Amino acid sequence: MTATELVGLTAAEAIGRIRAGELEPAELWSAYQQRAQADDLNAYTWVADADAPAADPAAPLAGVPVAVKDLFCTEGIPSQAGSRILENYCPPYTATAIQNIYDAGAPLLAKTNQDEFAMGSSNENSAYGPVLNPWDRARVPGGSSGGSAAAVAAGLAPWATGTDTGGSIRQPAALCGIVGFKPTYGAISRYGMIAFASSLDQAGTFTRDVTDAALLLEAMVGKDPYDSTCLGLPEPVQPPTATDLRGVRLGVPEELSGEGIEPGVLAAFERTLDIARDLGATVESTHLPHAAHGLSAYYLIAPAECSSNLARFDGVRYGMRVDDGGGLLDMYTGTRAAGFGDEVKRRIMLGTYALSSGYYDAYYGRAQKVRTKISEDFESAFSAFDFLVTPTSPGVAFELGAKSDDPLAMYFNDFCTVPMSLAGIPALSIPNGTAQAPGGSSTELPTGFQIAGPAFSENKLLNAAYALETALAFDSSPAREAS
Amino acid sequence: MNVELEPVIGLEIHVQLKTRTKMFCSCALSFGEEPNTRTCPICLGLPGTLPVTNAQAVHFGLMMAMAFDCEIAPKSIFHRKNYFYPDLAKGYQISQYDIPLCSNGRLGDVRIHRIHLEEDAAKLVHEGASGRIHDSDSSVVDYNRGGTPLAEMVTEPDLRSAEQARDWLNLLRVTLRQLGVSDVNMEEGSLRCDANVSVRPRGSSELGTKTELKNMNSFRFVMQGINAEIARQTALVQAGEPVVQETLHFDPVTGRLSSLRSKEEAHDYRYFPEPDLVPVAPTEAMLERARTAIPELPAAREERYGRDFSLGGDTARLLAYEPQFGDYFEATTQEATAGVSPAVLANWVTELRTRIGASSDPAESKVTPDALAVLAALVTERRINASAGRQVLDTLVAEGGDVAAIVEREGLAAMDSDEELAGIVKAALEANADAAAKVRDGNAKAMGPIVGYVMRETKGRADGGEVGRLVREQLGI
Repeated sequence: MTATELVGLTAAEAIGRIRAGELEPAELWSAYQQRAQADDLNAYTWVADADAPAADPAAPLAGVPVAVKDLFCTEGIPSQAGSRILENYCPPYTATAIQNIYDAGAPLLAKTNQDEFAMGSSNENSAYGPVLNPWDRARVPGGSSGGSAAAVAAGLAPWATGTDTGGSIRQPAALCGIVGFKPTYGAISRYGMIAFASSLDQAGTFTRDVTDAALLLEAMVGKDPYDSTCLGLPEPVQPPTATDLRGVRLGVPEELSGEGIEPGVLAAFERTLDIARDLGATVESTHLPHAAHGLSAYYLIAPAECSSNLARFDGVRYGMRVDDGGGLLDMYTGTRAAGFGDEVKRRIMLGTYALSSGYYDAYYGRAQKVRTKISEDFESAFSAFDFLVTPTSPGVAFELGAKSDDPLAMYFNDFCTVPMSLAGIPALSIPNGTAQAPGGSSTELPTGFQIAGPAFSENKLLNAAYALETALAFDSSPAREAS
Repeated sequence: MNVELEPVIGLEIHVQLKTRTKMFCSCALSFGEEPNTRTCPICLGLPGTLPVTNAQAVHFGLMMAMAFDCEIAPKSIFHRKNYFYPDLAKGYQISQYDIPLCSNGRLGDVRIHRIHLEEDAAKLVHEGASGRIHDSDSSVVDYNRGGTPLAEMVTEPDLRSAEQARDWLNLLRVTLRQLGVSDVNMEEGSLRCDANVSVRPRGSSELGTKTELKNMNSFRFVMQGINAEIARQTALVQAGEPVVQETLHFDPVTGRLSSLRSKEEAHDYRYFPEPDLVPVAPTEAMLERARTAIPELPAAREERYGRDFSLGGDTARLLAYEPQFGDYFEATTQEATAGVSPAVLANWVTELRTRIGASSDPAESKVTPDALAVLAALVTERRINASAGRQVLDTLVAEGGDVAAIVEREGLAAMDSDEELAGIVKAALEANADAAAKVRDGNAKAMGPIVGYVMRETKGRADGGEVGRLVREQLGI
């Protein structure tokens, strides 16, 4: 097989060939390592330079290498979270989710670029430079897990991990034309994931297709004595097999599928609904009455938690220290002023304000009430529907710099994905076609279709997504061939 | 103005729990190891780490809650208390805030407002003149202590004097020790006490402005600090000056209180629920386990000793507060023959305590409860006198052994022949004729040389009371 043919395989296909003795894991490793080392999308912040590690073809992941978002701690390997303040920081331990992947037989190929501390929707907030979208290098890959999305889409990795706090897996997956899965909050341990907003952060997968998502997810999930909020999943994740959607009730929340969505994205969404009907699903419009307030609540809760989570970066024990001898306070302010980027500082200040005495009830307390309401909205919707579906992102990939000066426009990228994060429910994005960017561009860019289910419905969700994916037959090869 | 003022005192106590590992990670607790050797990624607050609540700390907390008759919250939650300081690895302390582990309890005559669980800070060592941060040359951090489990107890303002505060704190200390939840050593910091002090006109039910006293790391300093603050506030009020609410730092060298800089105090802690932890929701099994783990506590034991053994207040308290002596005392009552009163046994136990030291365990001494009971019986039955008894005890403490054999070997048996003793008394009167005359004239104090003579002759075996009786008989008075 040529290297191009090799990286054209999905992970499941590669595993099948390795098991059949038709492919050496080392061959696959070398092909990906070469492509990763030649990365010109800035998708990677670190690439393994070692020869292929020993692989066990009988292991669940059979030696198929994995790219890992830099937010995950990997022992002895830089884990910088896209931040200057952690430049060259090598943790003394490995995140549970990543250790689980190693234990399942997948070696670490590379660490992926990301928005600083996972704060962003375009990957332009990385201290290590923006990531380019393989479909159009003038455009962003989405964020915050932009490096993982771009790497998988461009065939620089068979698959990758990501983290999703308000859409950081689903939105870049949509913008790069691949599958992104954020499971139920608590399915995968957060231990070793550098925290942004603890009550929302959840690890997940970037894969070429839904079958690969199931495989990688199964390797990552599981209870962890080091994370008391982690429950694992009630049953193993199974490879999806559904060929139709008969009896499946899909609800389309009006609040998340109309106003503010680009026409091209909406058209692709409608086409997918037709396909779902053809597969036997019923499709009805419904309401999540409080979903429209999701963004406001999210942009109080997440900054509040981040303002506390990021307090540990003080220059005392690790990472950057700026100390010109002016004393403790000067060291704190000097270190944090130099170490954090603008968006991180903006959110720390927002969050500090929201938690301040006298403002807590009006901001953080109120946002938590909205969060509860949104959860109740979903609960009530799931009594009538198996899944809720929306466009994943309101728009296709936008040009680098297009929204950098307008935080609110940037935050709107998370409009359709944030409510599921607030409710802690599983949601996945599959590529469902392409659309032209607004403003008369002729470039065709991928769009994403989001499917959300009740907590712990991962297997059902994967099956529904698999049936749709098969019928959609989206062609992801252009992004790989361009790289 | 010169009204009579009454101090009002409440205490805030931090108890280091004697768990095997830290509050939120599996590092062993530190007892003076090399700095930064009892640490891990979690208690160092490395990126990506998460806390997990120590079940033993919750168990100890529940034991305390039950021992102090508190109401236990069905679901208490941890909060983050945010502030920047190098002794705080994460930039926040995990503590409990609006829903503590338990509340509304009582110990003795003091109500307990609440008890909550939290983690201790690391230790800062300031290198420089004063040992305090603002004029030190540099500071280093030892994270060994960081993350040690603490139970913070807050009392209601029910104390009215420094002495009462000290006595109550002592009751608390012995109670916690008996529960086995802490080493409760103030000097070593496993028991730390801050005091809120105010004064008000006696009879008033309103509270005056309070100040908070910190750094009183011994019982003596608690007394000194509170007394100094009562005096300072009293003088202010008598002079018509206002008391300012502030935090005062006790200086053990000078015994003075100084105000901490207000800037250090101007914190907005931005408390919010800790999203990395689940609530503490004690199950029936956890409650049952805590309930059965509670031993008899000092206050109850003191009461029982008064009721069942008719021990006096001081003796009962001593044996109840030092349960190793209480246990030993109870063992002697099992061994003792009828006719030997518990009060006498208790007295011999305190004699033993004086000899081996209050911090020793008499059960590990060479004196068995049986030997002490036999000794007490011999004295009660006047078969040896009290001073011979103490001499036997000295021997027992030094080398153990059989009481009868010691009495025999050292020739301490009381004289059983009255004629022999009467003869010696007669000789004593003749040898001390002057003294005998004075005694006859009513000067009882002149008896000394006569009794001394008899004791020398009998090598101390004579019963002092019997000697006195014979002297008076032979002198015809």
